[in-house]
Amino acid sequence: MIPLLIAIPAVLAVLFQFVRNEKARGYIVYAGSGIIMLTTVIFIVRWVTGGAQTWMLYPETELIDHLMTAGDIFLMCLIIYLSVKHEKVIPIILSVLQTALVIYTEFTADVAEGPHMMVDWLTILMCVIIAFIGGFICIYTVGYMKGYHHHHKEVEDRQPFFFSMLFLFLAAMFGLVLSQNLVWIYFFWEITSVISFLMIGYTKSDEAVNNSFCALWMNLLGGLGFAVAIALMAQLHGTLQLLEVVNIGALLPLMCLSLAGMTKSAQLPFSTWLLGAMVAPTPSSALLHSATMVKAGVYLLIRISPALEGNLVGIIVSSIGGFTFIMASMMAIAQNDAKKVLAFSTISNLGLIVACSGIGVEETVWAAVFLMVFHAVSKSMLFQSVGATENTLGSRDIEDMHGLIIRVPKLAYIMGIGIAGMYLAPFGMLISKWLALKAFVDSGNVILVLCIAYGSATTMFYWTKWLAKLLCYHIPRDTVKDVTRKDEYISMSFHAIVMLLLCLFLPVVAITVVNPIVRELFGNTHDVLSMSVLTTMAIMLVSIFIVPVVMFFISRRSHQELVPIYMNGVNEGDNRFFTNSFGGKDHLYLSNWYLRFEFGRRHLRIPSIIVATAVLVVGFCLVIGGVSW
Amino acid sequence: MVMKAIYVILFLIFAPFIGGLLDGIDRIISARMQRRKGPSIFQPFYDLGKLFSKEMIAVNNVQLLLNLSYLVILVIAGAMLFAGADLLMVLFILSTADMFLIMAASSDSSPYANMGASREMMQMMAYEPLTLLVAVGFYLTTGSFHVGTIIQQPVSAVLWMPGLLVGFMFTAAIKFRKSPFDLSTSHHAHQEMVKGITTEMSGTTLAIMNIAEYYEMVVILGIFFLFFVNSTWWSWIVALAICFVLFLMETLWDNISARLKWKTVLYGCWVVTLVAGGVNILILMLDK
Repeated sequence: MIPLLIAIPAVLAVLFQFVRNEKARGYIVYAGSGIIMLTTVIFIVRWVTGGAQTWMLYPETELIDHLMTAGDIFLMCLIIYLSVKHEKVIPIILSVLQTALVIYTEFTADVAEGPHMMVDWLTILMCVIIAFIGGFICIYTVGYMKGYHHHHKEVEDRQPFFFSMLFLFLAAMFGLVLSQNLVWIYFFWEITSVISFLMIGYTKSDEAVNNSFCALWMNLLGGLGFAVAIALMAQLHGTLQLLEVVNIGALLPLMCLSLAGMTKSAQLPFSTWLLGAMVAPTPSSALLHSATMVKAGVYLLIRISPALEGNLVGIIVSSIGGFTFIMASMMAIAQNDAKKVLAFSTISNLGLIVACSGIGVEETVWAAVFLMVFHAVSKSMLFQSVGATENTLGSRDIEDMHGLIIRVPKLAYIMGIGIAGMYLAPFGMLISKWLALKAFVDSGNVILVLCIAYGSATTMFYWTKWLAKLLCYHIPRDTVKDVTRKDEYISMSFHAIVMLLLCLFLPVVAITVVNPIVRELFGNTHDVLSMSVLTTMAIMLVSIFIVPVVMFFISRRSHQELVPIYMNGVNEGDNRFFTNSFGGKDHLYLSNWYLRFEFGRRHLRIPSIIVATAVLVVGFCLVIGGVSW
Repeated sequence: MVMKAIYVILFLIFAPFIGGLLDGIDRIISARMQRRKGPSIFQPFYDLGKLFSKEMIAVNNVQLLLNLSYLVILVIAGAMLFAGADLLMVLFILSTADMFLIMAASSDSSPYANMGASREMMQMMAYEPLTLLVAVGFYLTTGSFHVGTIIQQPVSAVLWMPGLLVGFMFTAAIKFRKSPFDLSTSHHAHQEMVKGITTEMSGTTLAIMNIAEYYEMVVILGIFFLFFVNSTWWSWIVALAICFVLFLMETLWDNISARLKWKTVLYGCWVVTLVAGGVNILILMLDK
C-alpha cells in the first residue's frame, strides 16, 4: 500500500504535463483526489484491522537508495540552474554543501541496516491530513485557478505545471511522514522545499521571484542542518534511524534537526519566507504554507520531542517558539491584507506548537498534536475562503470585507467558522492553550508562561476585529456577484463540517487519535485530559452553540421597530450617509484599528529577528561547546 | 454536590441584586465625594424597570440576540466559578462572553458603537494577560486550577501572590468600567464616544446589558474573594469585607482620576502585569 500512496500522486503529477484540455484536467483532479483519499482510507483500515501496531518496513532498499541519491543530485542541479539564471549565489552554496555532505556520508559511513519506513499513529494522522485536506484543496484549486486567471490576465497561464506541483507535493509529503530513515526523510524534505520555491515563483513577477529565492535559501539552510545531523549520526553513532536519534539523545544532531524543523515551520528568525510566500496563488498558500508543508517542520519536532525534555536544545526550541508566538501575533495586528494576517497567524500558531514540542512532556506534545489538527483544518479553510473572496470582490483587504455577511453570506459564514475555530472557546485551540499553559507552568518556564499570556491576548485582538468586520450589518454600496465555483464550495463546506465535527466530538478525537500518539511517543498510558476537563468542555460547547440559537428564537418573538443609527449629524436615512457641517451629504466610512505605529512590522520585525538569531547562535555555541545543562 | 448547587443557585438569583446594590452604593458615594446628594440606593433597579418598560426599538434584529447570548454565557461562567470549577476555563468563557458584546456593538455600522467595540477589544488585550497570570498564580500556590480546591487551603492565597493582587486591582478597573480605564463605554454620558459600545442599545437590550454587567461585577469580586479565603470560617467574612473595601477603592479611584489615552492604558496594564504579575509568578515558581 505504501508505494501506492506515494506513486499515485506522483504519476498524476506526470500526467498533468500531457493534459492540456482544461475540462479533462479538472476531471482528472477530481478523480485523482478521490483515489488518493480512497487509498488512504483502505491503507488505514488495513492498518487498524491489522491491530494498529507500529509497522517497520523495508530494511533492504539498495536500488531505491541509489535512485534517491540521483534525485538529490537532480534537485541540486535544478537549484544551481535556476540560481544561475536569476543570479543568486547563496542557494547554490547551501545546496552543493548539503548534497555533497549527504552523498559523502552515504558512501563512506558504515551504517547499521534498519527499516526505512514506519507506520504508527502519528504517521496515520499526518496521512489523513495530507490526503483529505490536501485532496480537497486540489479540488478547490480547479475552480480557483479559473477565477484566478480570469482576474489576473497579466499572469501567464501555467496551470498544468501548477497541478503537477500540487500532486508531486502530496507524494513528497506522504513519503516524508512515512519515512523513518533520515536520508529518506531528507530526500522528501528537499523535494517539498523545491516545490514550495517553484510555486511561490508561479507568477514570475519580480516580487515573486525574489520571495521564492528567499524561501529557498532559508529552507536550504534548514536542509543543511538536516544534512549535518545525518552526517553526525552516521559518523559518530553509526545509525540513520530517526528513532535512534531520539534514543541516543545526542544534543548536536538534535539541535541540527530542530534547526531544520524551525526553518520549515517559519519560526523566527526565518519567518520572512512564509510572508513572502503569500504572493503565490491561494491554493498553494493553503496547502503548502499552512496546512501541510509547514507542518512537516513541527512533525519532525514532535517526533524528536521526547528527547528534548529538560535539555538545552529543548529550552532553545521552546524559547524560540514562544517568542515567535507572541511577536507574530503582535505583527498580525498591524496587517490589513487578509493573507498576511493568515500568514502571521500561521507563524504564531506554529510557534506555540514548537514551544510545546520543545518542552517535550506528554501534556505539551498532546497539546501540540491537537493544535496541529485544528490549525490544519481551520487555516486551510480560511485560506480558501479568503481566496474565494478575493476572486469575488477583487480584493483581499479586510477593510473591503466590511459587511461581507450581507454581500456574500456563504463565504462569510465559512470564514466566520474558520476564525472562531482559531481562537474562540470551545474550539480545540483553546483546550490546547489551556493544556499548554498548565504544562508550561509545570515545567517551570516563566518566560513561556508570559509569552502565552500576552500572546493569547494579542491573538484575540486581531481575530476579533476581523470577525467584527465580517459581521457588520451594512447596506452595500454595490452588489457583487459571487463567482465562487461549486468545487470550491464543496471543499470549503467539507472543511467547515470537519471543523464542527471535530469540535463536537472532541473527547472522541482526544481518546482515539491523540492519546495513542502520545502513548507511542512516550510509552505510557496515563490520560492527559481528565474527565472533569471534558465535562467543562461539554458545558462550553452547550454555551457557545445552543445559547445563541435559543436566544435567536427568543429574540425573534419580540417585535422591534427598526430605527436608523446615531451619527452625531443628521442621518440621511439609510445609515450610509450623514449631513456634515457644511450641510452636504457625506459617506460614512468605518475602518478597523491597526495600531500600525505601535505593532507594525517595520518596528518589530528587525528587533525580533535579531533576538531570535541571537538565541539560536548562542544555543548552537553552547551545544557545540558541550555545555551540559 | 448539594452545596455546589446551592452556591450556583444563590449566585444566579442574588448576583444581579448584589451588583445593582453595589452600583447604587457606588453612585451615592460618588455623589457625596462630589458634594451632591445622589440618588437612592435602589436607583439602578428603578432604571432597569424603566428600561424594560420602554418601547422596543433597535437598529437591527441581531443585537438583542447577541446581548442575550452575552448575558447567558457570562452567567454560565459565573455559575462555573461558584460551582468550584476550573478557574482558567472560567476566564476563557468570560472572554468568549465579552466577544458577544463586541459583536453586538459592531453588528451595525454605527460609528460610535464601532469605536467603542474597538476600544473594548483593546481593553481586553490590556487585561487578558494579567487574568491568565492570576489563574497561574492560584495554580502555583494551591496546586490546582479548581476553585473548590483553592478555597480549602490552610492559608490565604494572597500571602503568596500579593503582586498579582495589586495587578488584578489595577486591571479590574477595566472590568468595572471605571475611570481612568473607561475607554469603551462609561457610566457617564457626554463624552467623545457618546456612549461607546452601548450607543445603539436601548430599552430591553440595554437592560440586559446592565444585568450582565452586574453579574460580571459579582464574578470579578468573586475572584478577589479567592485571594483572601481559606479553610477557616471567619476568613469568609474577612474576605467579603475586604472585597467590599476593594470595591470602594475602585469608586475612589474612579472619582479622582481622569480618563487616560488608550496607549497609556495598554502599556500601563502590560507593564503592571509584567512587573507585579510576572515577578510574582517567577518567585512562586522558584519557591514552590
